[in-house]
Amino acid sequence: MTAPAEDESSVTSARAAPENAPFAAQIGRTIRRNPSLFGMPALLAASLALTVAIHPEFSDFDLQSLAMGAMPLAFAAAAQTAVVISGGIDLSIGSAMAVANVLAASTMEGRSFGESLVLAVLVLIAGAAIGALNGLIVVLSRVPDVVATLTSGFIWGGVALLILEKPGGGAPPEFLDLGAGTFITTWLPNALILLVIAVAAIWIPLRRSKLGLQIYAIGSDRVAAFRSGVNVERTRFASYIFSGLFSAIGGLGLTMTTGIGAPLAGVYYTLSGLAAVVVGGVSLAGGRGGMAGPVIAAFVLTLIPTDLIFLNIDPNFGQVIQGTLIVVIVMIGGFVAMARARK
Amino acid sequence: MSEPSLLLDARNVGKRFGSVVALRAAALQVRPGEVHGLMGSNGAGKSTLVKIITGVFPADSGEIAVKGSVRSFRSPAEARGAGIVSVYQDPALVPDLTVAQNMRLAGARIDAVRKWLAELGVESLDFSALVRDLPYPTLRLIDLARALASEPAVLLLDEITASLPADLSERIYAIVRHWRNRGNAVIFISHRMAEVSDLCDRATVLRDGVTVGVTERAHGSEERIVSLMLGADTAAAVASASSTPVARQTARDAEPALEVRGLRRAPLLNDVSFKLYPGEVLGVAALEGQGQEELFDCIAGSRRYDSGAIFAHGEELTLRHPADAIRAGVVLVPANRLLALMQQRSIRENIALPAFGGMGSWGLIGMRAERQRVESAVARLQIDTRAASELRRLSGGNQQKVVIARWLANGFNTLLCFDPTRGIDIGTKRQIYALVRELAAAGSAVLLFTSELPEIQLACDRAIVLFGGRVVAEMPVSEADEATLLRAAHGLPQMRAAS
Repeated sequence: MTAPAEDESSVTSARAAPENAPFAAQIGRTIRRNPSLFGMPALLAASLALTVAIHPEFSDFDLQSLAMGAMPLAFAAAAQTAVVISGGIDLSIGSAMAVANVLAASTMEGRSFGESLVLAVLVLIAGAAIGALNGLIVVLSRVPDVVATLTSGFIWGGVALLILEKPGGGAPPEFLDLGAGTFITTWLPNALILLVIAVAAIWIPLRRSKLGLQIYAIGSDRVAAFRSGVNVERTRFASYIFSGLFSAIGGLGLTMTTGIGAPLAGVYYTLSGLAAVVVGGVSLAGGRGGMAGPVIAAFVLTLIPTDLIFLNIDPNFGQVIQGTLIVVIVMIGGFVAMARARK
Repeated sequence: MSEPSLLLDARNVGKRFGSVVALRAAALQVRPGEVHGLMGSNGAGKSTLVKIITGVFPADSGEIAVKGSVRSFRSPAEARGAGIVSVYQDPALVPDLTVAQNMRLAGARIDAVRKWLAELGVESLDFSALVRDLPYPTLRLIDLARALASEPAVLLLDEITASLPADLSERIYAIVRHWRNRGNAVIFISHRMAEVSDLCDRATVLRDGVTVGVTERAHGSEERIVSLMLGADTAAAVASASSTPVARQTARDAEPALEVRGLRRAPLLNDVSFKLYPGEVLGVAALEGQGQEELFDCIAGSRRYDSGAIFAHGEELTLRHPADAIRAGVVLVPANRLLALMQQRSIRENIALPAFGGMGSWGLIGMRAERQRVESAVARLQIDTRAASELRRLSGGNQQKVVIARWLANGFNTLLCFDPTRGIDIGTKRQIYALVRELAAAGSAVLLFTSELPEIQLACDRAIVLFGGRVVAEMPVSEADEATLLRAAHGLPQMRAAS
């Protein structure tokens, strides 16, 4: 078997080119295939530069708040990405995050650090189970995923309220530090480390696996994938499990950064996460895009209200500007695609 | 019990989709070492049978035995495990993955696929190219190579040559023969009778979901196959339709219904000019990719052109949108039926839609008048209306008729037909050509591109040949025999004097 190893980005699939294509041509192709791979870091760098220009005294503390604010959103985006690439959508992510958030906050209060870690693992399992149930509903009932997950989201929202009626609870300080503190230097927030490690630990192996290939395949063309021997239903089901798992990590992240559980805090993350997915270059039609784009987009979207505060503009404008930015970015993406189609 | 010597033995297979019976009692017996033709009109159930055999969906009744034991596959992957592999009508490759990823997805060995591609004449395919960037003929060959790489005992080819250029088809025939000679079986579905009689050892004929006959020798049995396919009554009707004389004299002093002057669109269309008169069918012949698609799209208003002009009845058209062309009475029947139709809506809505295109026509629909127009168009084209509520349940031939019916119901001056008979059975084909003649006799102008050259003489009054985005030849239909068209289409000079 001489199958070249495929992986995370098409950088390596370009490497697999048999006849030693010139290196520059390979890079060119990689950029053409994943414009967001280079566009998103550039956009993040630009918004960071803008922020520093507006607010020259940008400090390690500001960086920590940024990372803490963006981390749960980035996980929501990661959760949505796993499903959107498979050609589906999950509108219950915010509620699943809320369940994880209140589960953690209500059970960890007053426990030791060790116990809280065990509980965290249980919360992750619960999150995966929520995802599995969503997947079962979508696959078995054949109700469109938008409807199925919108309604299941109501259920998980209700479950969150049953677990914790009012904001409250807590967790041991060492546990909160995992997402809210810094270990090495104050310029490297733990929220960032947690995000990178968790996303990389789940996504990179998945992307290299046959399941990962199948997720992309069913998102790109379900019939062709089926005829290639892919079990479409099982793959869709699996993508929802990953969504649930990322949602649960996001919920734990909310517990760490806020220190409490809040049953209604998750609602915001469903649509903002979806926005990050779109801005991050993942096609809502499925099959195209990666994980890095949406995660970075979560930071860009978090910077907007921050900048407005620095500029002394009513932060309620934030939503207007955020929405406008999303429309503009999506339009630019559309124009790029159109220009490419015309060639 | 089934004969043990058979590789595949399908008996009495039945399948219905809602109210439509796709298969009633289909049977197919395939021996090792043969190429077995599966023939039938559109809607006869060939593709359904292929999909049942390969586990795309289950049969309602009947049984399928592989090498003597009864099997029922739940997915193409399971069928592949038992040595039964199909190349379907449309590519089964995932567009957003690379070729190599697609092979891994299906569990195909890349070196084996590479070897078979080389056999098929594709030496240097970049396996890290995205499938969506590759041309259609290459995809067909990759599909075939992938199927061969799994060493199937039974290989099913569902219209694999339908829109391939002749040289690629030849390579596919060679591989099919090679595969048979190794003791395997190939089930070959095609609408090209010549191809079937050349290639196939035996043939099974389906009509209306029932196996109506098996010929022990495909070669020399063409007439029998056609009459089996058509059934006794339609065969006679077709024979009379095909003997209708087509040579007609066109009044050249009349004003052209459509005139194209110096049309260019980079990179494929370089200076095309011609005139099309009322009451005339002008045939367009060309090999793949000589600008014919661009030409039709430009005239229909769905693509812009760089320079040149298009006139309808003497007036220059400004085409920004298909609606502009439709308003001028210039309408398109595209090759890809899926592009023209709304698969989830009814026949009635599909036919009536173009009448409601403009902004001015929002508002109430005159239901009675609409129903009348639609029903007369449906009756005229003999559309099978058993599945009238959802278009996607109609067969390909019937869908194509709906595309034509919508223009009949809404009125037009000039009909642009782009390969209207691609993948359509002989009976429906002849009906469509008879209809084209009838429209011309009633005063419409028809521009007709067909990928099957003999059809030009069947339906047209005059022919032009495109090569490299230019009109390289123009001739009356009496001179437009297949050899002449083929020479011109390859860019070779005319041999008018010699022949």
